[in-house]
Amino acid sequence: MSESIVIRGATVVNPDAITLADVLIIDGVIAAVGGSLQADLELDGTGCYLSSGFVDLHTHLREPGKEEAETIESGSRAAALGGYTAVVAMPNTDPAQDNVETVRFVREQGIAAGLCEVVPSGCITIGRLGKQLVPYARLVEEGVTLFTDDGTGVQDAQLMQRALMLGKLLGITMAQHCEVASLTTGAVMHDGECCSSMGVPGWPSIAEEQMVRRDIDLVRVTGAKMHFLHLSTAGSVDLVRAAKAEGLPITAEVTPHHLALQDELLRGFDPVFKVNPPLRTAADIDALKLGIADGTIDAVATDHAPHAGHTKEQPLDAAPPGMLGLETALGVLNTAVTVSPQQIASLMSWAPARIAEVSQRHGRPIAVGEPANIAVWDTSTVWTVSRDHLSSKSRNTPFHGMDLRGRVRHTIFNGELVVRDGKALK
Amino acid sequence: MSISEVSGTEILGADDVSRAITRISHEIVERNPDLSPVVIVGMQTGGVWIAQRLRDTVNRIAESIEVPLGAVDISMYRDDFSLRPVVLSAPTDIPLDLTGRTVVLVDDVLFTGRTVRAALEALNDHGRPRAVQLAVMVDRGHRELPIRPDYVGKNIPTHFTDEVSVGPDGVFVTAVVQ
Amino acid sequence: MKHLLSSHDLSVDEIVGILDVADHMAEINTRSLPKVPALRGKTIASVFFEDSTRTRLSFETAAKRLSADVMTFMASSSSLNKGESLRDTIETLSAMGVDAMVIRHKSSGVPLTMTQWTDAVVINAGDGWHQHPTQGLLDAYTVTREFGTKDSLSGRSIAIVGDIKHSRVARSNIDIFRRLGAHVVVVAPPALLPKNIESWGVEVRNTIDDVVGEVDALYMLRMQLERMDSSIVPKLTEYCALYSLTPERAARMGSGAILMHPGPINRGVELIVDPTDVPGSRILKQVTNGVNVRMAVLFTLLGSGATTVLQQGGES
Repeated sequence: MSESIVIRGATVVNPDAITLADVLIIDGVIAAVGGSLQADLELDGTGCYLSSGFVDLHTHLREPGKEEAETIESGSRAAALGGYTAVVAMPNTDPAQDNVETVRFVREQGIAAGLCEVVPSGCITIGRLGKQLVPYARLVEEGVTLFTDDGTGVQDAQLMQRALMLGKLLGITMAQHCEVASLTTGAVMHDGECCSSMGVPGWPSIAEEQMVRRDIDLVRVTGAKMHFLHLSTAGSVDLVRAAKAEGLPITAEVTPHHLALQDELLRGFDPVFKVNPPLRTAADIDALKLGIADGTIDAVATDHAPHAGHTKEQPLDAAPPGMLGLETALGVLNTAVTVSPQQIASLMSWAPARIAEVSQRHGRPIAVGEPANIAVWDTSTVWTVSRDHLSSKSRNTPFHGMDLRGRVRHTIFNGELVVRDGKALK
Repeated sequence: MSISEVSGTEILGADDVSRAITRISHEIVERNPDLSPVVIVGMQTGGVWIAQRLRDTVNRIAESIEVPLGAVDISMYRDDFSLRPVVLSAPTDIPLDLTGRTVVLVDDVLFTGRTVRAALEALNDHGRPRAVQLAVMVDRGHRELPIRPDYVGKNIPTHFTDEVSVGPDGVFVTAVVQ
Repeated sequence: MKHLLSSHDLSVDEIVGILDVADHMAEINTRSLPKVPALRGKTIASVFFEDSTRTRLSFETAAKRLSADVMTFMASSSSLNKGESLRDTIETLSAMGVDAMVIRHKSSGVPLTMTQWTDAVVINAGDGWHQHPTQGLLDAYTVTREFGTKDSLSGRSIAIVGDIKHSRVARSNIDIFRRLGAHVVVVAPPALLPKNIESWGVEVRNTIDDVVGEVDALYMLRMQLERMDSSIVPKLTEYCALYSLTPERAARMGSGAILMHPGPINRGVELIVDPTDVPGSRILKQVTNGVNVRMAVLFTLLGSGATTVLQQGGES
């Protein structure tokens, strides 16, 4: 029997209510919610919110294949520090997560790290090459429910339609990285005024919107579930809003960086601001925020994409896209967007838990008998991000030197305290 | 390092300056019985107007001959680039090959001698003169190089930090308190 | 001004100042011994990751005429390993004690990026599609001296014809010409116009016929032949029909109007006319001016240790 934990003085965030209460955890389960509870270990929650642990729909853990950038263990630690108790591991590993062995490896490495649940996603096509569909049923048996070729979109419309037909049959979700490749050859950043004066190839908004539009049509004809990854443009938000009004089974995420950062930041040619899809304009940011406010956007997902230092020390056009996100997600969301504690919990925990189909264990109410996957966080602490003090193996955070408001204090995963007072315990 | 026009002690007046130019012109003619190889070259920018008046006066005295006039910019030849900002004035204008000529090099103030050294190097890039003579309105001392003027308007003892200003209106010395 | 990375780094006063210094250099370059000791003891490295013989020679000639020591580093970008090698290359050259690096790279932004890896003065000799500031300066020098208007192009119109989108020359020249007061017109195939060209403050016209008789200067850009093979321009004949300078069009140029080109010329593409048959051609003058202006840039950045002060009748 493990030691009991009580978190004192936090405001408990549930979908139906926000209440000040102590929360007692015994043997991995919430044993009591109320006043004046006693336990072996007492944690201070004063000034904090307490919600179900965050769930990231979009994490690149880089293992297997690019362990110099991140490992499942280091990425899990970053996740725990960001308040996450589950992360969906993107399949663009080497080898890719298009087979049972790799999927099992990723899951088991996550269990070995023991800092959060690592939920492997699967590829839509073999090797993410866009040519041949993955045998989904075998991966479904392994518990995979979300399939994506993230990093690239599935270009072939007929192939995508067939993937969705199988998705419908198996009850799984296809998650699309929306990018029409023929419109983004060599693209470095948003195709706007800034890009034009900097003289680099542009990534136009329509390249995303064309695929969002196509996939909405394919969902309409197949009836399969579809999740849109990292939407970045005003036009995409409008398309998804209309599709949802139609009642189509579509969900969508945005990243913290697309809510906070503009393409103008690339003027200094610093590859740390290069990301795919690219940072957009103020008008796009406003539209994404509106999408959050009216529920068009279901989830905030990090697209945490570590890159080893030397790979970002390249010319802007040669450097790989991607940014760290796990440890800064809450602070960035809370700083960039006006959101209530319940919205934060919904965007970062409840909705992504449903989309990733991990809601037996994550994103659940804070109530007696529920599994103890918990994040304790505030929306008031102002802290300065330093790339030197992040636990990820890589340092490519675009938020270095920025002041964020809101920080994770404690994280409890499966009843075990893994982050205490902002420090990882293992 | 510019000098305010009102401040400073007047050492020479406008008439003194004119007299000095006339005297030096006569000395040039006396020293160079054959004026045909002589070229008068002013150093940009302070020496240029003096060179022009010397040339005009020499031509009046000599009557039968037209002594040519040039200007040399020494900013590309200085040895103290890293010590202070370079002031570019006007380009060099030397209308003829100096090989075999006698150059009368003209500046307003002779001080450390470093600009004259630079000017000698600059002249060399326009040919090899037979001789170079140096004319200055003021020699204020403090030489750092073995350079000596052939014609002097006036010798003025100064402190190293004093500022000396030369113009058609006169010569002024300003004491600069460090 | 520590580096010269982009035309945008220069104020109008600084542009005019460099062009004035270039007049001094022009005088030096007319001498039988065109060399001065101004940069004696300085080491200038030309670091060319993309081959450009003429730009490199122009810079190296400029450096040598100022008595600087010159070292050349040439590498085709493809032969370099990615990432670390660029930094390693710059840090290695820097450790040899160079005072300035003249850099050419196929990727936009590299000159700016490398300033964090070296204490040397960095001079952009062309980066990607981004900037070629010394080309902009030498072209401004050519036009201002041609029209005898030293510090202004006010009232002058200049047409730039060709692939604007992929042209670092266009980006530098449009900026400098405009800030000196010129009216700039661009003519390009639609796919070779940058997005948001309106915001550049230029007029867009459809074909060379719309401008050839109207402008004071006709600036023809080099049209990369490989772009003809793609869908950007369907065929060479289509390009020529709308954008090339033919003998007939050249004959319609205004009297006193000049023809410019950054070189190297693609004969039979942007220039179907032989430039030696165009009285207003200043294409070789641009090359001569290139040395003057690059000398001026090197002298301004390295010559005084600090700032080159330009003034009339200053005390020396």
